[in-house]
Amino acid sequence: MDALDVLWRLLAVLLAFLVLPLLVGQAEHKAMAHMQGRVGPMYAGGFHGWAQLVADGVKFAQKEDIVPSGADRRVFQLAPAVALLPYLVVLIVIPVGDGDMVGQVVDAGVFFVLAVMGVGVLGSLMGGWASANKFSLLGGLRTAAQLMAYELPMLLAAASVAMAAGTLSLPGILDAWQWWWLPWQIVGGLVFFTAGLAELQRPPFDAPVADSEIIFGAYTEYTGLRFALFLLAEYAGIVVLSALTAVLFLGGWHGPFADTLGWVWTLLKTAVLAFVVIWLRVSYPRLREDQIQRVAWTVLVPLALFQIALTGVVKVVIQ
Amino acid sequence: MAVPGAGLAKGLAVTLRTMTRRSVTAHYPDVQPELPPRSRGVIGLFEENCTVCMLCARECPDWCIYIDSHKETMPAAAPGGRERSRNVLDRFAIDFALCMYCGICIEVCPFDALFWSPEFEYAETDIRDLTHERDTLREWMWTVPEPPALDAAAEEPKEMAAARKSAEKLAAKEAGEGQRPSGGPPSASPPRSSGATPPSSGSTPPSPSAERPGRAEGEGDA
Repeated sequence: MDALDVLWRLLAVLLAFLVLPLLVGQAEHKAMAHMQGRVGPMYAGGFHGWAQLVADGVKFAQKEDIVPSGADRRVFQLAPAVALLPYLVVLIVIPVGDGDMVGQVVDAGVFFVLAVMGVGVLGSLMGGWASANKFSLLGGLRTAAQLMAYELPMLLAAASVAMAAGTLSLPGILDAWQWWWLPWQIVGGLVFFTAGLAELQRPPFDAPVADSEIIFGAYTEYTGLRFALFLLAEYAGIVVLSALTAVLFLGGWHGPFADTLGWVWTLLKTAVLAFVVIWLRVSYPRLREDQIQRVAWTVLVPLALFQIALTGVVKVVIQ
Repeated sequence: MAVPGAGLAKGLAVTLRTMTRRSVTAHYPDVQPELPPRSRGVIGLFEENCTVCMLCARECPDWCIYIDSHKETMPAAAPGGRERSRNVLDRFAIDFALCMYCGICIEVCPFDALFWSPEFEYAETDIRDLTHERDTLREWMWTVPEPPALDAAAEEPKEMAAARKSAEKLAAKEAGEGQRPSGGPPSASPPRSSGATPPSSGSTPPSPSAERPGRAEGEGDA
Protein backbone atom coordinates (compact mmCIF):
# COMPACT_ATOMS: atom_id res chain seq x y z
CA MET A 1 0.00 0.00 0.00
CA ASP A 2 1.78 3.12 -1.16
CA ALA A 3 1.38 6.63 0.15
CA LEU A 4 -0.91 7.73 -2.68
CA ASP A 5 -3.28 4.88 -1.98
CA VAL A 6 -3.40 5.79 1.71
CA LEU A 7 -4.05 9.41 0.80
CA TRP A 8 -6.88 8.38 -1.50
CA ARG A 9 -8.55 6.29 1.17
CA LEU A 10 -8.21 8.97 3.81
CA LEU A 11 -9.68 11.53 1.45
CA ALA A 12 -12.61 9.25 0.66
CA VAL A 13 -13.26 8.66 4.36
CA LEU A 14 -13.00 12.38 5.10
CA LEU A 15 -15.42 13.17 2.30
CA ALA A 16 -17.90 10.61 3.59
CA PHE A 17 -17.42 12.01 7.09
CA LEU A 18 -18.21 15.54 5.90
CA VAL A 19 -21.08 14.71 3.55
CA LEU A 20 -23.03 11.84 5.07
CA PRO A 21 -23.87 13.54 8.42
CA LEU A 22 -25.16 16.56 6.54
CA LEU A 23 -27.30 14.31 4.37
CA VAL A 24 -28.71 12.67 7.48
CA GLY A 25 -29.31 16.09 9.02
CA GLN A 26 -31.14 17.33 5.97
CA ALA A 27 -33.13 14.10 5.80
CA GLU A 28 -34.08 14.63 9.42
CA HIS A 29 -35.24 18.19 8.69
CA LYS A 30 -37.45 17.04 5.86
CA ALA A 31 -38.66 13.66 7.14
CA MET A 32 -39.48 15.06 10.56
CA ALA A 33 -41.33 17.97 9.02
CA HIS A 34 -43.45 15.76 6.78
CA MET A 35 -44.15 13.35 9.61
CA GLN A 36 -45.57 16.32 11.47
CA GLY A 37 -47.57 17.58 8.49
CA ARG A 38 -45.12 20.41 7.76
CA VAL A 39 -42.76 20.94 4.82
CA GLY A 40 -39.53 21.84 6.62
CA PRO A 41 -36.91 24.20 5.17
CA MET A 42 -37.96 25.42 1.73
CA TYR A 43 -35.80 28.41 0.82
CA ALA A 44 -32.08 27.88 1.44
CA GLY A 45 -30.44 26.80 -1.81
CA GLY A 46 -33.59 27.27 -3.84
CA PHE A 47 -34.82 23.71 -4.24
CA HIS A 48 -36.73 22.50 -1.16
CA GLY A 49 -34.16 24.03 1.15
CA TRP A 50 -31.39 21.60 0.26
CA ALA A 51 -28.71 23.99 1.53
CA GLN A 52 -30.31 24.60 4.92
CA LEU A 53 -27.49 22.95 6.84
CA VAL A 54 -24.89 24.88 4.85
CA ALA A 55 -26.69 28.06 5.85
CA ASP A 56 -26.78 26.85 9.45
CA GLY A 57 -23.06 26.18 9.30
CA VAL A 58 -22.38 29.69 8.03
CA LYS A 59 -24.51 31.09 10.83
CA PHE A 60 -22.68 29.07 13.48
CA ALA A 61 -19.30 30.13 12.10
CA GLN A 62 -20.28 33.78 12.40
CA LYS A 63 -21.17 33.54 16.07
CA GLU A 64 -18.88 34.56 18.85
CA ASP A 65 -16.93 31.77 20.50
CA ILE A 66 -17.72 32.17 24.18
CA VAL A 67 -16.02 30.38 27.05
CA PRO A 68 -17.72 30.94 30.42
CA SER A 69 -15.47 32.72 32.89
CA GLY A 70 -15.75 29.95 35.48
CA ALA A 71 -15.14 27.19 32.96
CA ASP A 72 -12.16 24.91 32.80
CA ARG A 73 -10.90 26.57 29.66
CA ARG A 74 -8.79 23.93 27.96
CA VAL A 75 -11.15 21.05 28.65
CA PHE A 76 -14.12 23.12 27.61
CA GLN A 77 -12.52 24.00 24.29
CA LEU A 78 -11.27 20.50 23.63
CA ALA A 79 -14.58 18.72 24.30
CA PRO A 80 -16.20 19.18 20.85
CA ALA A 81 -13.16 17.70 19.12
CA VAL A 82 -13.20 14.72 21.48
CA ALA A 83 -16.87 14.23 20.71
CA LEU A 84 -16.46 14.44 16.96
CA LEU A 85 -13.16 12.86 15.97
CA PRO A 86 -13.80 9.28 17.18
CA TYR A 87 -16.56 8.93 14.59
CA LEU A 88 -14.12 9.95 11.87
CA VAL A 89 -11.70 7.31 13.11
CA VAL A 90 -14.43 4.66 13.23
CA LEU A 91 -15.42 5.40 9.64
CA ILE A 92 -11.94 4.35 8.50
CA VAL A 93 -12.45 0.70 9.46
CA ILE A 94 -16.05 0.23 8.31
CA PRO A 95 -16.07 -1.86 5.11
CA VAL A 96 -18.25 -0.36 2.40
CA GLY A 97 -17.84 -3.05 -0.26
CA ASP A 98 -16.38 -6.45 -0.91
CA GLY A 99 -12.63 -7.02 -0.66
CA ASP A 100 -10.64 -3.80 -0.78
CA MET A 101 -13.38 -1.22 -0.24
CA VAL A 102 -12.46 -0.30 3.30
CA GLY A 103 -10.29 2.48 4.64
CA GLN A 104 -8.07 0.17 6.65
CA VAL A 105 -8.55 -3.45 7.62
CA VAL A 106 -8.14 -3.82 11.38
CA ASP A 107 -7.96 -7.36 12.67
CA ALA A 108 -9.78 -6.59 15.91
CA GLY A 109 -12.23 -4.34 14.06
CA VAL A 110 -15.27 -4.84 16.30
CA PHE A 111 -13.20 -4.24 19.39
CA PHE A 112 -11.59 -1.15 17.88
CA VAL A 113 -14.91 0.31 16.76
CA LEU A 114 -16.67 -0.13 20.08
CA ALA A 115 -13.71 1.20 22.05
CA VAL A 116 -13.36 4.32 19.90
CA MET A 117 -17.11 5.00 19.85
CA GLY A 118 -17.02 4.99 23.64
CA VAL A 119 -14.48 7.81 23.49
CA GLY A 120 -16.97 9.98 21.64
CA VAL A 121 -19.26 10.06 24.64
CA LEU A 122 -16.33 11.35 26.64
CA GLY A 123 -16.72 14.67 24.80
CA SER A 124 -20.11 15.23 26.40
CA LEU A 125 -18.68 14.32 29.79
CA MET A 126 -15.83 16.80 29.39
CA GLY A 127 -18.18 19.54 28.22
CA GLY A 128 -20.58 18.86 31.07
CA TRP A 129 -17.87 18.97 33.72
CA ALA A 130 -15.87 21.89 32.34
CA SER A 131 -18.80 24.25 31.74
CA ALA A 132 -19.13 25.25 35.41
CA ASN A 133 -22.88 25.08 35.05
CA LYS A 134 -25.18 22.89 37.09
CA PHE A 135 -27.35 21.98 34.12
CA SER A 136 -24.28 21.01 32.13
CA LEU A 137 -23.06 18.92 35.05
CA LEU A 138 -26.41 17.15 35.37
CA GLY A 139 -26.40 16.48 31.64
CA GLY A 140 -22.87 15.17 31.82
CA LEU A 141 -23.75 12.86 34.70
CA ARG A 142 -26.77 11.56 32.86
CA THR A 143 -24.56 10.95 29.86
CA ALA A 144 -22.15 9.04 32.04
CA ALA A 145 -24.95 6.94 33.54
CA GLN A 146 -26.30 6.21 30.08
CA LEU A 147 -22.86 5.26 28.79
CA MET A 148 -22.35 2.84 31.69
CA ALA A 149 -25.76 1.25 31.17
CA TYR A 150 -25.77 0.87 27.42
CA GLU A 151 -22.17 0.04 26.64
CA LEU A 152 -22.70 -3.44 28.08
CA PRO A 153 -25.63 -4.62 25.94
CA MET A 154 -24.02 -3.06 22.88
CA LEU A 155 -20.83 -4.96 23.54
CA LEU A 156 -22.67 -8.23 24.19
CA ALA A 157 -24.69 -7.92 21.00
CA ALA A 158 -21.57 -7.20 18.95
CA ALA A 159 -19.82 -10.11 20.65
CA SER A 160 -22.62 -12.40 19.50
CA VAL A 161 -21.88 -11.58 15.86
CA ALA A 162 -18.17 -11.97 16.42
CA MET A 163 -18.86 -15.39 17.96
CA ALA A 164 -20.98 -16.41 15.00
CA ALA A 165 -18.32 -15.39 12.51
CA GLY A 166 -15.41 -16.58 14.57
CA THR A 167 -13.53 -13.35 13.94
CA LEU A 168 -13.32 -9.79 15.25
CA SER A 169 -12.49 -8.33 11.85
CA LEU A 170 -15.35 -6.45 10.22
CA PRO A 171 -14.55 -7.62 6.64
CA GLY A 172 -14.05 -11.09 8.09
CA ILE A 173 -17.52 -11.02 9.64
CA LEU A 174 -19.00 -9.97 6.31
CA ASP A 175 -17.12 -12.73 4.47
CA ALA A 176 -18.64 -15.29 6.82
CA TRP A 177 -22.11 -13.77 6.67
CA GLN A 178 -25.00 -15.89 5.39
CA TRP A 179 -28.56 -14.72 4.78
CA TRP A 180 -29.95 -16.87 7.62
CA TRP A 181 -27.86 -14.88 10.09
CA LEU A 182 -30.54 -12.24 9.71
CA PRO A 183 -33.20 -14.10 11.73
CA TRP A 184 -30.51 -15.75 13.84
CA GLN A 185 -29.02 -12.44 15.05
CA ILE A 186 -32.17 -10.34 14.92
CA VAL A 187 -32.45 -9.96 18.69
CA GLY A 188 -28.83 -8.93 18.93
CA GLY A 189 -29.35 -6.49 16.10
CA LEU A 190 -32.26 -4.83 17.86
CA VAL A 191 -30.31 -4.62 21.11
CA PHE A 192 -27.26 -3.19 19.33
CA PHE A 193 -29.29 -0.57 17.48
CA THR A 194 -31.26 0.46 20.57
CA ALA A 195 -28.17 0.67 22.73
CA GLY A 196 -26.44 2.68 20.02
CA LEU A 197 -29.36 5.12 19.96
CA ALA A 198 -29.05 5.54 23.70
CA GLU A 199 -25.33 6.15 23.47
CA LEU A 200 -25.89 8.83 20.85
CA GLN A 201 -28.45 10.41 23.21
CA ARG A 202 -30.99 10.36 20.43
CA PRO A 203 -34.67 10.52 21.27
CA PRO A 204 -36.30 8.68 22.96
CA PHE A 205 -33.10 8.29 25.00
CA ASP A 206 -32.24 11.99 25.09
CA ALA A 207 -32.67 12.63 28.80
CA PRO A 208 -29.06 13.97 28.98
CA VAL A 209 -30.07 16.89 26.76
CA ALA A 210 -33.69 17.13 27.92
CA ASP A 211 -34.43 20.76 27.17
CA SER A 212 -37.49 20.90 29.40
CA GLU A 213 -35.49 19.79 32.43
CA ILE A 214 -31.84 20.77 32.06
CA ILE A 215 -31.83 23.22 29.13
CA PHE A 216 -29.43 21.41 26.80
CA GLY A 217 -27.44 19.25 29.18
CA ALA A 218 -23.72 19.24 28.62
CA TYR A 219 -23.99 21.59 25.63
CA THR A 220 -25.80 24.38 27.49
CA GLU A 221 -22.82 26.74 27.58
CA TYR A 222 -21.63 26.07 24.05
CA THR A 223 -22.18 28.40 21.15
CA GLY A 224 -20.92 29.08 17.68
CA LEU A 225 -18.67 26.62 15.93
CA ARG A 226 -18.07 24.42 18.96
CA PHE A 227 -21.79 23.89 19.38
CA ALA A 228 -22.03 23.08 15.67
CA LEU A 229 -19.30 20.47 16.12
CA PHE A 230 -21.34 18.80 18.87
CA LEU A 231 -24.35 18.73 16.59
CA LEU A 232 -22.23 17.36 13.76
CA ALA A 233 -20.95 14.68 16.14
CA GLU A 234 -24.53 13.60 16.78
CA TYR A 235 -25.20 13.15 13.08
CA ALA A 236 -21.84 11.53 12.42
CA GLY A 237 -22.79 9.18 15.25
CA ILE A 238 -26.02 8.31 13.46
CA VAL A 239 -24.07 7.51 10.30
CA VAL A 240 -21.57 5.37 12.17
CA LEU A 241 -24.22 3.54 14.19
CA SER A 242 -26.33 2.85 11.09
CA ALA A 243 -23.33 1.68 9.11
CA LEU A 244 -22.15 -0.56 11.93
CA THR A 245 -25.57 -2.10 12.41
CA ALA A 246 -25.79 -2.66 8.67
CA VAL A 247 -22.37 -4.30 8.59
CA LEU A 248 -22.76 -6.45 11.69
CA PHE A 249 -26.39 -7.52 11.46
CA LEU A 250 -27.77 -6.79 7.98
CA GLY A 251 -24.94 -8.23 5.92
CA GLY A 252 -23.31 -5.02 4.73
CA TRP A 253 -22.56 -5.35 1.03
CA HIS A 254 -24.40 -8.68 0.66
CA GLY A 255 -27.31 -8.52 -1.75
CA PRO A 256 -28.13 -9.05 -5.42
CA PHE A 257 -25.17 -8.14 -7.69
CA ALA A 258 -22.98 -7.85 -4.61
CA ASP A 259 -19.77 -8.20 -6.63
CA THR A 260 -20.39 -4.96 -8.52
CA LEU A 261 -22.98 -3.08 -6.45
CA GLY A 262 -21.86 -4.07 -2.96
CA TRP A 263 -21.14 -0.53 -1.83
CA VAL A 264 -24.64 0.54 -2.94
CA TRP A 265 -26.11 -2.11 -0.66
CA THR A 266 -24.07 -0.90 2.29
CA LEU A 267 -25.09 2.70 1.72
CA LEU A 268 -28.70 1.72 1.17
CA LYS A 269 -28.91 -0.27 4.38
CA THR A 270 -27.18 2.54 6.24
CA ALA A 271 -29.63 5.08 4.83
CA VAL A 272 -32.63 2.98 5.80
CA LEU A 273 -31.33 2.61 9.34
CA ALA A 274 -30.60 6.34 9.55
CA PHE A 275 -34.17 6.94 8.50
CA VAL A 276 -35.34 4.64 11.28
CA VAL A 277 -33.31 6.72 13.75
CA ILE A 278 -35.13 9.83 12.58
CA TRP A 279 -38.46 8.03 12.55
CA LEU A 280 -38.03 6.91 16.16
CA ARG A 281 -37.21 10.46 17.17
CA VAL A 282 -40.45 11.77 15.71
CA SER A 283 -42.64 8.96 17.02
CA TYR A 284 -41.67 8.50 20.64
CA PRO A 285 -41.65 10.77 23.66
CA ARG A 286 -38.55 11.06 25.80
CA LEU A 287 -37.94 8.35 28.41
CA ARG A 288 -37.45 9.44 31.99
CA GLU A 289 -33.98 8.97 33.42
CA ASP A 290 -34.99 5.98 35.58
CA GLN A 291 -36.89 4.43 32.68
CA ILE A 292 -33.76 4.65 30.56
CA GLN A 293 -31.80 2.77 33.19
CA ARG A 294 -34.52 0.17 33.58
CA VAL A 295 -34.71 -0.49 29.83
CA ALA A 296 -30.97 -1.07 29.75
CA TRP A 297 -30.62 -3.38 32.75
CA THR A 298 -33.90 -5.31 32.71
CA VAL A 299 -34.54 -5.55 28.98
CA LEU A 300 -31.49 -5.06 26.82
CA VAL A 301 -28.87 -6.86 28.93
CA PRO A 302 -30.99 -10.04 29.37
CA LEU A 303 -31.89 -9.98 25.68
CA ALA A 304 -28.23 -9.62 24.72
CA LEU A 305 -27.28 -12.48 27.02
CA PHE A 306 -30.05 -14.58 25.48
CA GLN A 307 -28.69 -13.78 22.03
CA ILE A 308 -25.21 -14.86 23.05
CA ALA A 309 -26.59 -18.14 24.41
CA LEU A 310 -28.56 -18.69 21.21
CA THR A 311 -25.53 -17.92 19.08
CA GLY A 312 -23.44 -20.34 21.11
CA VAL A 313 -26.00 -23.15 20.89
CA VAL A 314 -26.55 -22.76 17.14
CA LYS A 315 -22.81 -22.50 16.59
CA VAL A 316 -22.21 -25.78 18.42
CA VAL A 317 -25.11 -27.52 16.67
CA ILE A 318 -24.01 -26.66 13.13
CA GLN A 319 -20.42 -27.69 13.72
CA MET B 1 -54.94 -8.74 25.97
CA ALA B 2 -52.93 -6.32 23.94
CA VAL B 3 -49.87 -7.47 22.08
CA PRO B 4 -46.74 -6.07 23.77
CA GLY B 5 -45.28 -3.29 21.69
CA ALA B 6 -48.54 -2.67 19.84
CA GLY B 7 -48.53 0.92 21.07
CA LEU B 8 -44.99 1.43 19.82
CA ALA B 9 -45.90 0.09 16.39
CA LYS B 10 -48.98 2.28 16.35
CA GLY B 11 -46.86 5.36 17.01
CA LEU B 12 -44.56 4.51 14.14
CA ALA B 13 -47.53 3.88 11.87
CA VAL B 14 -49.05 7.26 12.66
CA THR B 15 -45.90 9.21 11.81
CA LEU B 16 -45.29 7.17 8.67
CA ARG B 17 -48.84 7.68 7.47
CA THR B 18 -48.62 11.40 8.13
CA MET B 19 -45.42 11.55 6.10
CA THR B 20 -47.14 10.10 3.04
CA ARG B 21 -49.94 12.64 3.21
CA ARG B 22 -49.84 16.18 1.96
CA SER B 23 -48.55 18.65 4.51
CA VAL B 24 -50.93 21.27 5.82
CA THR B 25 -48.43 24.11 5.55
CA ALA B 26 -49.79 27.25 3.92
CA HIS B 27 -47.13 28.52 1.51
CA TYR B 28 -48.25 32.06 2.10
CA PRO B 29 -45.79 34.44 0.47
CA ASP B 30 -45.51 32.11 -2.53
CA VAL B 31 -49.16 31.14 -2.68
CA GLN B 32 -51.91 33.55 -1.71
CA PRO B 33 -54.31 32.17 0.88
CA GLU B 34 -57.86 31.22 -0.05
CA LEU B 35 -59.78 33.65 2.11
CA PRO B 36 -63.36 32.92 3.13
CA PRO B 37 -66.12 35.24 1.90
CA ARG B 38 -66.54 38.45 3.91
CA SER B 39 -62.93 38.34 5.09
CA ARG B 40 -62.00 41.40 7.10
CA GLY B 41 -58.79 42.68 5.57
CA VAL B 42 -59.04 46.42 5.18
CA ILE B 43 -61.85 48.98 5.10
CA GLY B 44 -62.59 50.75 1.84
CA LEU B 45 -64.36 54.10 1.61
CA PHE B 46 -66.82 54.76 -1.18
CA GLU B 47 -66.64 58.49 -0.66
CA GLU B 48 -69.29 59.33 -3.28
CA ASN B 49 -71.81 57.83 -0.86
CA CYS B 50 -70.50 59.56 2.23
CA THR B 51 -72.64 62.36 3.63
CA VAL B 52 -70.33 63.19 6.54
CA CYS B 53 -72.96 62.09 9.03
CA MET B 54 -70.12 61.12 11.40
CA LEU B 55 -71.93 58.02 12.62
CA CYS B 56 -68.93 55.82 11.88
CA ALA B 57 -66.52 58.09 13.72
CA ARG B 58 -68.81 58.27 16.73
CA GLU B 59 -69.49 54.55 16.92
CA CYS B 60 -65.87 53.52 16.48
CA PRO B 61 -64.78 51.95 19.81
CA ASP B 62 -61.16 52.88 19.14
CA TRP B 63 -61.77 56.37 17.83
CA CYS B 64 -59.62 55.57 14.86
CA ILE B 65 -61.70 57.35 12.20
CA TYR B 66 -60.87 60.98 11.50
CA ILE B 67 -63.35 63.10 9.55
CA ASP B 68 -63.10 66.76 8.60
CA SER B 69 -65.72 68.52 6.53
CA HIS B 70 -67.17 71.91 5.74
CA LYS B 71 -70.54 73.15 4.69
CA GLU B 72 -71.28 74.55 1.28
CA THR B 73 -74.36 76.34 0.20
CA MET B 74 -75.87 75.52 -3.11
CA PRO B 75 -77.87 78.02 -5.09
CA ALA B 76 -81.59 77.58 -5.02
CA ALA B 77 -82.93 75.06 -7.46
CA ALA B 78 -85.77 77.29 -8.54
CA PRO B 79 -85.78 81.09 -8.73
CA GLY B 80 -86.96 82.52 -5.48
CA GLY B 81 -86.31 79.26 -3.65
CA ARG B 82 -84.29 78.67 -0.54
CA GLU B 83 -80.57 78.00 -0.69
CA ARG B 84 -79.57 74.43 0.16
CA SER B 85 -76.56 73.54 2.23
CA ARG B 86 -74.67 70.29 2.12
CA ASN B 87 -71.62 68.75 3.76
CA VAL B 88 -68.43 68.37 1.80
CA LEU B 89 -65.84 65.83 2.93
CA ASP B 90 -62.37 67.30 3.50
CA ARG B 91 -60.63 64.45 5.22
CA PHE B 92 -61.53 60.86 5.92
CA ALA B 93 -58.83 58.72 7.51
CA ILE B 94 -58.75 55.40 9.32
CA ASP B 95 -55.82 54.61 11.60
CA PHE B 96 -55.33 50.90 11.09
CA ALA B 97 -52.80 50.88 13.89
CA LEU B 98 -55.75 51.49 16.22
CA CYS B 99 -58.51 49.74 14.30
CA MET B 100 -59.58 46.48 15.85
CA TYR B 101 -61.50 45.31 12.80
CA CYS B 102 -64.83 45.12 14.63
CA GLY B 103 -66.67 46.38 11.56
CA ILE B 104 -69.07 48.56 13.51
CA CYS B 105 -68.40 51.54 11.23
CA ILE B 106 -69.43 49.45 8.25
CA GLU B 107 -72.55 48.24 10.03
CA VAL B 108 -73.72 51.69 11.08
CA CYS B 109 -73.05 53.52 7.82
CA PRO B 110 -76.56 54.41 6.63
CA PHE B 111 -75.41 55.25 3.11
CA ASP B 112 -73.25 52.22 2.27
CA ALA B 113 -70.06 54.20 2.07
CA LEU B 114 -67.81 51.75 3.96
CA PHE B 115 -66.98 48.20 2.86
CA TRP B 116 -64.80 45.34 3.92
CA SER B 117 -62.05 44.40 1.49
CA PRO B 118 -60.14 41.11 1.88
CA GLU B 119 -56.78 42.77 1.12
CA PHE B 120 -54.50 42.32 4.12
CA GLU B 121 -50.96 43.01 2.88
CA TYR B 122 -50.54 46.61 3.98
CA ALA B 123 -47.99 46.26 6.76
CA GLU B 124 -45.74 49.27 7.15
CA THR B 125 -42.38 49.90 8.75
CA ASP B 126 -43.58 53.23 10.12
CA ILE B 127 -46.69 53.17 12.27
CA ARG B 128 -47.78 56.55 10.94
CA ASP B 129 -48.15 55.06 7.49
CA LEU B 130 -50.92 52.86 8.83
CA THR B 131 -53.23 55.86 8.86
CA HIS B 132 -54.88 55.50 5.48
CA GLU B 133 -56.14 58.78 4.07
CA ARG B 134 -59.14 59.32 1.88
CA ASP B 135 -57.45 58.53 -1.43
CA THR B 136 -55.97 55.28 -0.12
CA LEU B 137 -59.30 54.27 1.33
CA ARG B 138 -60.93 55.04 -2.01
CA GLU B 139 -58.36 52.87 -3.77
CA TRP B 140 -59.27 49.94 -1.51
CA MET B 141 -62.80 50.13 -2.92
CA TRP B 142 -61.55 48.56 -6.15
CA THR B 143 -60.64 45.43 -4.21
CA VAL B 144 -64.03 44.96 -2.60
CA PRO B 145 -65.47 41.74 -4.01
CA GLU B 146 -69.00 41.02 -5.14
CA PRO B 147 -71.06 39.91 -2.19
CA PRO B 148 -71.44 36.14 -2.16
CA ALA B 149 -74.67 34.84 -3.58
CA LEU B 150 -77.53 34.08 -1.25
CA ASP B 151 -78.39 30.52 -0.37
CA ALA B 152 -80.91 28.91 -2.64
CA ALA B 153 -83.63 28.85 0.02
CA ALA B 154 -82.77 32.21 1.56
CA GLU B 155 -85.30 34.95 2.11
CA GLU B 156 -85.42 37.70 -0.46
CA PRO B 157 -83.35 40.77 0.53
CA LYS B 158 -85.49 43.49 2.06
CA GLU B 159 -84.54 46.10 -0.52
CA MET B 160 -85.44 43.77 -3.34
CA ALA B 161 -88.76 42.88 -1.73
CA ALA B 162 -89.65 46.53 -1.15
CA ALA B 163 -88.68 47.52 -4.67
CA ARG B 164 -90.61 44.68 -6.18
CA LYS B 165 -93.70 45.45 -4.11
CA SER B 166 -93.77 49.09 -5.16
CA ALA B 167 -93.18 48.11 -8.77
CA GLU B 168 -96.08 45.70 -8.64
CA LYS B 169 -98.28 48.32 -7.02
CA LEU B 170 -97.38 50.75 -9.76
CA ALA B 171 -98.06 48.21 -12.46
CA ALA B 172 -101.44 47.45 -10.93
CA LYS B 173 -102.25 51.14 -10.76
CA GLU B 174 -101.28 51.68 -14.39
CA ALA B 175 -103.37 48.74 -15.40
CA GLY B 176 -106.30 50.20 -13.46
CA GLU B 177 -105.86 53.56 -15.15
CA GLY B 178 -105.80 51.91 -18.55
CA GLN B 179 -109.24 50.35 -17.95
CA ARG B 180 -110.77 53.56 -16.75
CA PRO B 181 -112.81 55.70 -19.18
CA SER B 182 -110.78 58.25 -21.06
CA GLY B 183 -112.37 61.16 -19.22
CA GLY B 184 -110.32 60.44 -16.17
CA PRO B 185 -109.35 62.86 -13.48
CA PRO B 186 -107.42 65.68 -15.09
CA SER B 187 -105.01 65.73 -12.26
CA ALA B 188 -103.77 62.26 -13.16
CA SER B 189 -100.09 62.82 -13.23
CA PRO B 190 -97.55 60.66 -14.99
CA PRO B 191 -96.22 57.84 -12.80
CA ARG B 192 -93.97 58.99 -10.08
CA SER B 193 -90.45 59.08 -11.38
CA SER B 194 -88.73 58.40 -8.12
CA GLY B 195 -89.22 55.72 -5.55
CA ALA B 196 -91.09 53.34 -7.81
CA THR B 197 -88.60 52.63 -10.51
CA PRO B 198 -87.92 49.00 -11.48
CA PRO B 199 -86.19 46.89 -8.86
CA SER B 200 -82.86 46.77 -10.63
CA SER B 201 -82.11 50.35 -9.69
CA GLY B 202 -84.63 50.78 -6.93
CA SER B 203 -82.15 50.62 -4.07
CA THR B 204 -79.31 52.40 -5.76
CA PRO B 205 -78.66 55.95 -4.71
CA PRO B 206 -77.84 58.40 -7.46
CA SER B 207 -74.21 57.57 -7.96
CA PRO B 208 -71.94 55.85 -10.46
CA SER B 209 -73.74 52.61 -9.89
CA ALA B 210 -71.74 50.50 -12.30
CA GLU B 211 -68.69 50.34 -10.03
CA ARG B 212 -70.60 50.11 -6.80
CA PRO B 213 -70.41 46.71 -5.22
CA GLY B 214 -73.98 46.60 -4.03
CA ARG B 215 -74.40 45.44 -0.49
CA ALA B 216 -78.12 44.98 -0.87
CA GLU B 217 -77.85 41.30 -1.62
CA GLY B 218 -75.43 40.69 1.19
CA GLU B 219 -77.74 41.79 3.95
CA GLY B 220 -78.02 38.24 5.21
CA ASP B 221 -74.63 38.42 6.92
CA ALA B 222 -75.78 40.27 9.98
